[in-house]
Amino acid sequence: MSDWMSDWQLQLRIQRLQTRYVHILDEDRLEQWPALFTADGCYTITTRENHQAKLPLALYSCTGQGMLQDRVTGYRRINVYEPQCYRHQISALEVEADPAGGWRCRSNFLVVRTLQRGDMSVFATGSYRDRIVEQDGELRFVERLVITDSRQTDTLLVIPL
Amino acid sequence: MADTSHIPYRFLQDPALYRIEQERIFQGPTWHYLCLDVEVPEGGSFVTTQIGETPIVVVRDNDGSVRAMVNRCRHKGALVCVEPRGKSPTLRCLYHGWSYHLDGRLRLVPFEKGLEGKGGMPACFNKEDHGLIPVRIEIFHGVVFGTLSSEVEGLEIYLGPQMCQQLHRVFHKPVQVLGYYHQVLHHNWKLYAENARDSYHATILHAFYATFKLNRLTMSGGLVVNHDGWNTMNYSIGASLQEGEYDAKELRSVMPDIGLAGPQLLDHRLEYPDGITVAIQSIFPTCVHQQIYNTLALRQLVPLGLDRCELHWTVFGYADDDPELRTLRLRQGNLIGPAGYVSMEDGVIGEYVQRGIAGSARDEQALLLMGGSDIASVTDSRANETTVRGFWQGYRTLMGAALDE
Repeated sequence: MSDWMSDWQLQLRIQRLQTRYVHILDEDRLEQWPALFTADGCYTITTRENHQAKLPLALYSCTGQGMLQDRVTGYRRINVYEPQCYRHQISALEVEADPAGGWRCRSNFLVVRTLQRGDMSVFATGSYRDRIVEQDGELRFVERLVITDSRQTDTLLVIPL
Repeated sequence: MADTSHIPYRFLQDPALYRIEQERIFQGPTWHYLCLDVEVPEGGSFVTTQIGETPIVVVRDNDGSVRAMVNRCRHKGALVCVEPRGKSPTLRCLYHGWSYHLDGRLRLVPFEKGLEGKGGMPACFNKEDHGLIPVRIEIFHGVVFGTLSSEVEGLEIYLGPQMCQQLHRVFHKPVQVLGYYHQVLHHNWKLYAENARDSYHATILHAFYATFKLNRLTMSGGLVVNHDGWNTMNYSIGASLQEGEYDAKELRSVMPDIGLAGPQLLDHRLEYPDGITVAIQSIFPTCVHQQIYNTLALRQLVPLGLDRCELHWTVFGYADDDPELRTLRLRQGNLIGPAGYVSMEDGVIGEYVQRGIAGSARDEQALLLMGGSDIASVTDSRANETTVRGFWQGYRTLMGAALDE
């Protein structure tokens, strides 16, 4: 198989992972979200303000599927918030091989949040910085770093981006 | 003494009161948290912030002193410093290039003498009269406070002895900023000021606290008021007692079947000999200083209009944190901020109040009767709204007769 063919196939496979990811979030199937990560996978949401200043504080800082599951439990059972849903738009996927194994990717996202009374707003835009590996024939996130362009959060952030 | 246990809803809804608050509360005899001195480390470092609606810049001068000025050019009123944080040898307005020394003195007016003797400022114009308006500051253990009032008492007197002690307790050695959160809230600023002082709601609304036994009203702890109730603290000591109280109250906040799949979230280290694990300190009107386990933060609330405000969180640790403690602090960041397990509810609950009181009659009011109607420190129970009444004591004192109009 030629290089461009295998590059194209890889790009498609990673796009498929991204697509599964956003449908799980946008269709409120969050219980399936942790399995998109490796067992010790990391998920972080931070702001460009903190990221650019190399400040380590994050909005979400999960290491391992257990901490991801707990965020789902918080969302389903513990935390109080106005019922809401997201619609993700993702674009501009860029893939490169990671010398340490797997691939490093970046892409853009835009999330429109709709609240129960119908108020809609652009809740977040930003960049996904991913490290992806293949495990048992499936691509999974070893790390997904979400960097929001705005430093502000409107009201609260409960559903992962 | 003014009634602080009945608060008319119109205090949260009246645009005329909002204007008066800017003058009597924010420009009145009150102290406001501005920044940490470590955020302006070198000559020329600056931080922009606000006291109420008034833009403020805090600057480190070349002689090492910290100064604050109203961030408003004396020419046309434009912001002089625009970025949240930065460094600059002088403070220069972008509009017409008026430039100020780091101590606020006006140093340069472009074309002050005109061109070839024509135009320019009149001969009587004296740059010495047009420096940036200075803001009085005091730095207490590295925490920079400012006031627009020349009359208010010194900071330590204003804070009161136990409030000073609590700041000393946390700021007893150099701190390091770990990051910021900024949260826009859709309600009147006073609802957040109340919320931060309200120990009654904390373990009921924030189910994570009670479910994982991080904070329950049944734990030992107390409420402290200083300065006639204006400044308050709610603290708890993390040894759980009398769990039956919670289980019997049918609280949504106790769900014994829930466990954590990532229990390392709750790993923490006792840092202070007093054993206090949660301490929320409120300094009138809009500063909150928190210790929630190993998370340390200052929160500054800024009004953005009658029914909108923004909460700025500065989260810090100590400069000498060992790597393990630093990891604990950052992991516990999941508890706090706009996405925090024990704080996200505060983002929406004030909005539910603001929406709930819409259309209320002039005499409808909130009840703050838990624990009676007095304002005093309490050591035996936190089922008490004395600290919330303390906020309204400060508010009513400064607003005076304007509230009756």
